[in-house]
Amino acid sequence: MQSTKENIRIGFYVCHCGHNIAAMVDCADVAKYVKGLPNVVLSRDYKYMCSDPGQELIQKDIREYKLNRVVVASCSPLLHEHTFRSATAAGGLNPYYFHMVNIREHDSWVHTDRGEATVKAKALAHAAIDRVAFHKALETKTVKINPDALVVGGGIAGIHAAMTLANAGKKVYLVEREPSIGGHMAKFDKTFPTLDCAACILTPKMSEVGAHPNITLWSYSEVAQVDGYVGNYKVRVKRKPRYISEERCIGCMDCISACVFKEPKFEDEFNEGLGKRKPVYIPFPQATPQIVVIDPNVCLNFKRTKGPDGTPIVSDRCKKTCVEACGDKNAIDFTQKEEIKEIEVGTIIVATGFKTFDSKRVPAYGYGIYKNVYTALEIERLVNASGPTGGEVILREGKNPDGSPKHPKSIGIIHCVGSRDKKTNVWCSRVCCMYSMKLAHLLKEHTGAEVYNFYIDIRAPGKGYEEFYNKLLDEGVHFIRGRVGEVTDWAMTPEEEGKLVIRVEDTLAGYVRRIPVDMVVLSSGLEPQADAQDVRRLFNMSCGTEGFFLERHPKLAPVNTFTDGIFIAGACQGPRDIPDTVAQAGAAAAEALVLIDKGFVEQEPNTAFILDEECSGCKSCIPLCPYSAILYDETRKKAHINEALCKGCGTCVAACPSGSIVQNLFEDEQIFSEIQGVLAYD
Amino acid sequence: MTKEWRPRIVAFFCNWCTYTAADLAGVSRMKYASNVRVIRLMCSGRVDPQFVLDALTRGADGVLIGGCHPGDCHYAEGNYKMLRRFQLLKRLLRDMGIEEERVRLEWISAAEGDKVKAVINEMTDQLLKVGPLGLPQRFEEWDKEVTRLEEEIRGGDAAGAGCACAAKLQKPAAASKSEVAHV
Repeated sequence: MQSTKENIRIGFYVCHCGHNIAAMVDCADVAKYVKGLPNVVLSRDYKYMCSDPGQELIQKDIREYKLNRVVVASCSPLLHEHTFRSATAAGGLNPYYFHMVNIREHDSWVHTDRGEATVKAKALAHAAIDRVAFHKALETKTVKINPDALVVGGGIAGIHAAMTLANAGKKVYLVEREPSIGGHMAKFDKTFPTLDCAACILTPKMSEVGAHPNITLWSYSEVAQVDGYVGNYKVRVKRKPRYISEERCIGCMDCISACVFKEPKFEDEFNEGLGKRKPVYIPFPQATPQIVVIDPNVCLNFKRTKGPDGTPIVSDRCKKTCVEACGDKNAIDFTQKEEIKEIEVGTIIVATGFKTFDSKRVPAYGYGIYKNVYTALEIERLVNASGPTGGEVILREGKNPDGSPKHPKSIGIIHCVGSRDKKTNVWCSRVCCMYSMKLAHLLKEHTGAEVYNFYIDIRAPGKGYEEFYNKLLDEGVHFIRGRVGEVTDWAMTPEEEGKLVIRVEDTLAGYVRRIPVDMVVLSSGLEPQADAQDVRRLFNMSCGTEGFFLERHPKLAPVNTFTDGIFIAGACQGPRDIPDTVAQAGAAAAEALVLIDKGFVEQEPNTAFILDEECSGCKSCIPLCPYSAILYDETRKKAHINEALCKGCGTCVAACPSGSIVQNLFEDEQIFSEIQGVLAYD
Repeated sequence: MTKEWRPRIVAFFCNWCTYTAADLAGVSRMKYASNVRVIRLMCSGRVDPQFVLDALTRGADGVLIGGCHPGDCHYAEGNYKMLRRFQLLKRLLRDMGIEEERVRLEWISAAEGDKVKAVINEMTDQLLKVGPLGLPQRFEEWDKEVTRLEEEIRGGDAAGAGCACAAKLQKPAAASKSEVAHV
């Protein structure tokens, strides 16, 4: 199996990586061992190969020792392969004459015996030395980048990313599932720690998005299919029918007041079910786009009764008063159907956000059992001036003796509901401490009630956050350290009658307390969206164990995914607050702009090709290719691979019965020599 | 070999899920048995059954293949192709008398560093129980046996008459090792 006519001259470098490798692997011994292997001209160990002097060392050696192959044993190729390929190229060699050995992530960091780890390093190095002899000079292919971009999700992350790209002069499609953009932030009353009103800072951005000439906003729409590759994605977007013509609706909302339902009577999703809306509605006053929606589940026009001959007909209870009110604008269209739009984009930013933890999963806290137990998001709507009560904090249950609505006089806020808990979610949701304190401030301000916070730890790591905590202490908000055991309506004393009692071990005081309150607020944690797994598959991304989208590298590529040209921003990657989300959205937009403005991207030349003279034309490979990259030439009775479509998985190579398909960088003899190499050293 | 024997495992990990998971195990400083040697491929669909056979004939005691979970393949369906091949390969290996524990296919996503650790440790324990495969040594023994047979035939035959026969026998005996290695 040994090649060749060429005189192979390999330079080998083993990196200490400070103590990261050297502490567990005897680098000098590895270098000494490799020195004795065939074709090795030079073998060195060096403290930091990825440093400038390390890279210069490679370049110098290539020239001085006339090296024609380079092997570096250091960290994962996923981290530094590019660095060393560039160094090899700078030394005047084709970069694909380089091969990398992973002796950090796969060796020194995971083993505890220095002798065994050194043996493993030698075996892996031996394999690379054997393999690299078969490496060939390859050319990188360049792929053009379509300058248009797609942003998925219209929360603050998506809005900011879309605005950044659009302001840079790029055409952006912004797709949002709900009838309006705004996401969770639009529901918030104030934002911590500055207490500026969420709507005041968000809605100007929303209307900018709606009016921006470079942004095509598709609300009430979902991405249905994604094909293609970096720079050239083909996306199918499903536009759900809102039964209103977006072109003709001017947002006058005359139809809403004209609806046969004189009073709103259906659950209002935007207000977390605390308010009511009509079948024809606009989610909230500042909704963008300002276009009404008709809910076919409750609109009478979609109810069918049996006509005289038994065929279903439209109920005569629907008077179509909305159509009448719309008049010659003619925007209402009950026949609207789901529509599929096809677009081509070069880059995609996924900013699909989070969902809040379902507090019913912790039944001991009584959500859904006691009416006066609320989620934090419900309180956001309750204290909001445009909320269902106009900002008046009214209890769901209980009236004053005179029949007027009751305001809470004491409120308990329970932190970490569905966070930092092995029974539900183990992670810290990062924002709950801060939003709990914000709500404590707002509730105290609105009602003058005594407010108790029940916390495990106060986590306030952000600009002005700790100061906000101190401010709350000064305001007289109570903080009780301890995880709440239960919320109950079982009174043990007269003053507990008619109240909700929070039972908690006060871990600072060292005893179990019972605190009677009128209102309980559950600070529910952040979770991945319910359909995060489907979305992940749609965009060919990965998820971490907790279900949030996985970044390419937690430190060095925090907005990149494993699929080139697809970026993530905001809470779909993990719990984060608004400042971090906006920063990340800007980063994602900048990464997309790098590709767009460069105009092309270099692709790994690991594609497959067919050795024409060997191909028997059996067609085994053709159905295996998921990209339809293999064609059959009927006249010559041979298969042919379209390199532009090949993505380099190598499935066809492994299947070819005559061994006539070759995958660059993963040729059979390269892999066989690697197998031989890893087993050569015992 | 008897007292210090440790199983040698050759692993083929796909770049996108399992190799990344092994990197994650490293970054998380998880500790596992050191007798696994990972070879990186772009996709588990690239794993040619010949790679597995070649590794075993060259002295591996076990082969581990790691790919993305079904439905998660970076190349849409390479892992399904591997799964099919693996089923056939398992039947072939069984017929050859190679224990089932020696060749293993696992779906390990990029987030499952702990699974890399668990699988490698478990496989190492199983192989310690099953013992060495030692195919290279067996080949040597088989070669010896063929040579002995050859000598027997030569001895039994009238002197000189067996020459052509022995020459014929010589060929397969010498070729057997390399042939099996590259089937």
